[in-house]
Amino acid sequence: METTTDTQKSRTSNRDVASVAKAVLLVVGGVMMLADIALIFLWVPTEQVMGVVQRIFYFHVPLAWTGLLSTTVVFISSIVYLWKGQRRWDALAHSSAELSVMFITLTLITGATWAKMAWGVWWTWEPRLTTTLILWLMYMGYLMLRAYAPTPSLAARYSAVMGIIAFVDVPIVYFSVNWWRGIHPRVVGVGATSGSLDSDMLITLIFSVFTFTVLFTYVLWERVSLRNAEDAVQGMHITERTA
Amino acid sequence: MTGFLIPILVVTWKDILLELRTKDMVTSIFVFGLLTAVIFNFAFDPTPAVVALVVPGIIWVAFTFAGVLGLNRAFVLEKDRGSLEGLLLCPVSRDVIYLGKLLAIFLFMLVVEAILFPVFAVLYNFSLADITLFLIAVLATLGFAGVGTLFSAMAVNTRSREIMLPVLLLPVAAPVVIAAVAATSDIMGGASVGDVSRWLQLLATFDVIFLIVSSFVFGAVLEE
Repeated sequence: METTTDTQKSRTSNRDVASVAKAVLLVVGGVMMLADIALIFLWVPTEQVMGVVQRIFYFHVPLAWTGLLSTTVVFISSIVYLWKGQRRWDALAHSSAELSVMFITLTLITGATWAKMAWGVWWTWEPRLTTTLILWLMYMGYLMLRAYAPTPSLAARYSAVMGIIAFVDVPIVYFSVNWWRGIHPRVVGVGATSGSLDSDMLITLIFSVFTFTVLFTYVLWERVSLRNAEDAVQGMHITERTA
Repeated sequence: MTGFLIPILVVTWKDILLELRTKDMVTSIFVFGLLTAVIFNFAFDPTPAVVALVVPGIIWVAFTFAGVLGLNRAFVLEKDRGSLEGLLLCPVSRDVIYLGKLLAIFLFMLVVEAILFPVFAVLYNFSLADITLFLIAVLATLGFAGVGTLFSAMAVNTRSREIMLPVLLLPVAAPVVIAAVAATSDIMGGASVGDVSRWLQLLATFDVIFLIVSSFVFGAVLEE
């Protein structure tokens, strides 16, 4: 009886620590995001050639970065899930995969908006764009696979397999598209502009990357908590496999 | 080595025997592949000038879609008749089952491609003389069937399983399609094996990576 109360007490205090940490992260992230927006729209000088549309890069690059970060989280937690069979790794992979789709979608939209202004077209089949689109399709497939799987435990295992395969595939997709388009003239890419960034622009970009990383961490944390709550409500705890 | 190889061949032989008796898979892949080529004929109207441009694409889109159709069937019989449980009861590891099923699918697709290539060559008037086309077909089909067998084993258990397989497989297999089309197109344009070697290397890399990864994770797909 004594021990049960102790465990409950420690569990409650763990939860308290977690919610305090989450609140701190929310406040820090919120302040950073406000500062980031101020930097991007008020402080950083306007780029001379491309004009005001170049400011979209301070959103586009961090979004692409968080997209890649989230797919890496899916990959690692999928491997650990298949290895250990613990439900919390599946919760992390699933939550991160949803964020992958969201961040990659936003990357594609901001990229297309910029491309329309800079290149005059919404889309070109340039290697980086094509790879991003295929990446998006693979993680949409991941979420569909979860939705269509017959049981939660199969959904967890199937999607872990997809999370691993998709991540391993990305470099191969990039190489193949790069070679396939290799005969065509390369349109000006992100690499060409970031080389000539002045220090104010670089500071803004780096700050924005940090801000979006905090945003990603916070949203991922909230999504995992939500996922745990969903599981608890539906009483669908996946029986933990022994490794 | 033989201790590992024989169980694989036994699983493959089971599927071959089934196919020899029903002829379901090869017939449906063949007819569907041919139909795709006929439909493309209306879509592109391949006059001699256009042929070199669109035919490599037509060939591989036909093989890809027909392959998806065949892969969809790969585990349907195992599931509907409950023979998957029988396979799982066999005293062999899961990767043996994977490699056995993969080898069977791979052979069926190769057989169909061996029939369809001459048919396409007649329909679209191109030459089959270069043996490199065979090499491209083997490497591309192996990679496609390698990931496809893994996804097929998952898709068969999902709702709307016919949709699930292409949704998962086509983006992942995009490098295979790109490499196969590009290499085929180069060969038809008169390039030699050396000119397309980087595409062949890409296909071989894809095959090796995904055969290893799929063998590792296949167990997780089959466990009940």
